[in-house]
Amino acid sequence: MTKVLRRPVFFIGLVVTLALFAVALLSLVWTPLPPSRMNIVHKLKAPFDFGLLGTDQFGRDVASMLMVGAWNSLSTSILAVALGASVGTAVGVTVAMRRGWVELVVMRGCDIVFAIPPILSAMMLGAFIGSGRFTAIIAIGTFMVPVFARLTLGAALQIWTRDYVMAAIGMGRSKAKITLAHVLPNISNQIIVQVTIQLGLAILTEAGLSFLGLGMPPPNPTWGRMLADAQTFLGQAPWLALMPGMAIALAVLGLNMLGDGLRDLLDPRDDS
Amino acid sequence: MISILIRRILSLIVTLLIVSLLIFVIMDLLPGDPAAIMLGTSASPETLAALRSQLGLDQPLPVRYLAWLAGVFRGDLGQSYTYGVPVAGLIAERLAVTLPLALMAIVLSVLIAIPLGVQAARKHNGVFDFVAGFFSYVSIAVPAFWVGLLLIIAFSSMLGWMPAGGFPGWNAGLFAGLQALLMPAVALALPQAGVLTRVARTALLEVMNEDFVRTARAKGLSDGVAIWRHAVPNAALPVVTMLGLQFTFLIAGAVLVENVFNLPGLGRLAYQALSQRDIIVMQDVVLFFSGLVIVMNFLVDLAYLAIDPRLRANAQ
Repeated sequence: MTKVLRRPVFFIGLVVTLALFAVALLSLVWTPLPPSRMNIVHKLKAPFDFGLLGTDQFGRDVASMLMVGAWNSLSTSILAVALGASVGTAVGVTVAMRRGWVELVVMRGCDIVFAIPPILSAMMLGAFIGSGRFTAIIAIGTFMVPVFARLTLGAALQIWTRDYVMAAIGMGRSKAKITLAHVLPNISNQIIVQVTIQLGLAILTEAGLSFLGLGMPPPNPTWGRMLADAQTFLGQAPWLALMPGMAIALAVLGLNMLGDGLRDLLDPRDDS
Repeated sequence: MISILIRRILSLIVTLLIVSLLIFVIMDLLPGDPAAIMLGTSASPETLAALRSQLGLDQPLPVRYLAWLAGVFRGDLGQSYTYGVPVAGLIAERLAVTLPLALMAIVLSVLIAIPLGVQAARKHNGVFDFVAGFFSYVSIAVPAFWVGLLLIIAFSSMLGWMPAGGFPGWNAGLFAGLQALLMPAVALALPQAGVLTRVARTALLEVMNEDFVRTARAKGLSDGVAIWRHAVPNAALPVVTMLGLQFTFLIAGAVLVENVFNLPGLGRLAYQALSQRDIIVMQDVVLFFSGLVIVMNFLVDLAYLAIDPRLRANAQ
């Protein structure tokens, strides 16, 4: 525990991330007001004037929308990272097992997938299958497959040279069994760190997609669309553009710090 | 050196071909008929059939791909459905906004990041190091398009110093053009600068303890000269690498920032093409952007070889 407290980056990251998850989960059972209830009489009210953080152009409670937005943003991002991490890791450890031309082909494939920014693939997908949460998850998740494939390939290749793996090979265990029993458990720390950092990136991307109207459809509040709506009222109600942006920045900051902190904690050798 | 170059260029061409094929096939496999998507639900079967044959959709996939590829080599990317003009011209026109914007953002981010990173490394574990670390944490976390909104609130709505958006065109003069691109470029540069500051600091910390830097100091060079002339160039490689890796994110950021500032760039073109269901324009823009990212990574590879002679020996 003292080890944890001596690492402020990890500690701050953990607190911010836990708070984010707490707010997101709380929004499922309670918000100050129903997030989609319109109240035109009280539209564009400043913070503390009506509700904690004021109201938007339809008189909806900004604080409640931000809370539900946390859940929408987080759940979309978690599903996207889960997709990217599981497919990417499976690809990475399989390639590490096979090597040869498979490695060459898969790695070149990774370069290619990585060359298409998720915003653009979401637009392409959106034109055909429609925009929405599913499209966003596919677009963000696909972009993350190469990230995890490269990471796990590099890490797994190192494990394959270890003595205990040599011993397992000598004992006649199959490559698939070695991957499950030795490789995956030994690279899981690096995967966990990367999941945390990519979760932050996914939140940023999701916000960008919903800012363009490529995320969850209305009336579901998302941080990105709240910013897009606020753009019309920048002169009149600038605070509307402050809160959702701060929520995004805080969430990403927390996850990035947690990821960096975890990396230090789990791998004390790497001080860079 | 020549043989490495030829091998790299060949591999670049193969990658570009695969990307073009991939995007073409994905667009083809996705459910939905481009002609129907373009015309909407109210189109008559005759109009649909006419557009299908005009777009060449009645041909088999390999024929369409090769015809399109041949067109690309002739500089013919097809005809925009909504604008009624060649897509190639449309892209060239919009590139005149996006390219300067991206370049300004890259230059700005390097101008912010290198001094910050160098100073942070020199004052390792000091107050400045902490401040620079905090800056990079925060700037990586803020979305570029939100920074854009904040800049508009501060410098356009409140102070009235800058235009809130739009682009007067380069015909209005260099100053007016650059002024319109300044705030978007700052918004785009900030997250990049955060990443680069970190990389520059780490790279410099590693280099600063090398023998040649110590020798430079022992020769009587001042701390500053030893660092800027000997350590910084040797720490450039990771920074250049990161610039290349970040290019995808720069493009994604440009799509958003162009929409915030209402700039007639490529990102806005892609967005408009989506809302107007102009499939051909979108396909071409996505291809162009991905091609750009791949070429950029190729250039970073070449920059490696140019910067570090040791890598040239390894690649042989």
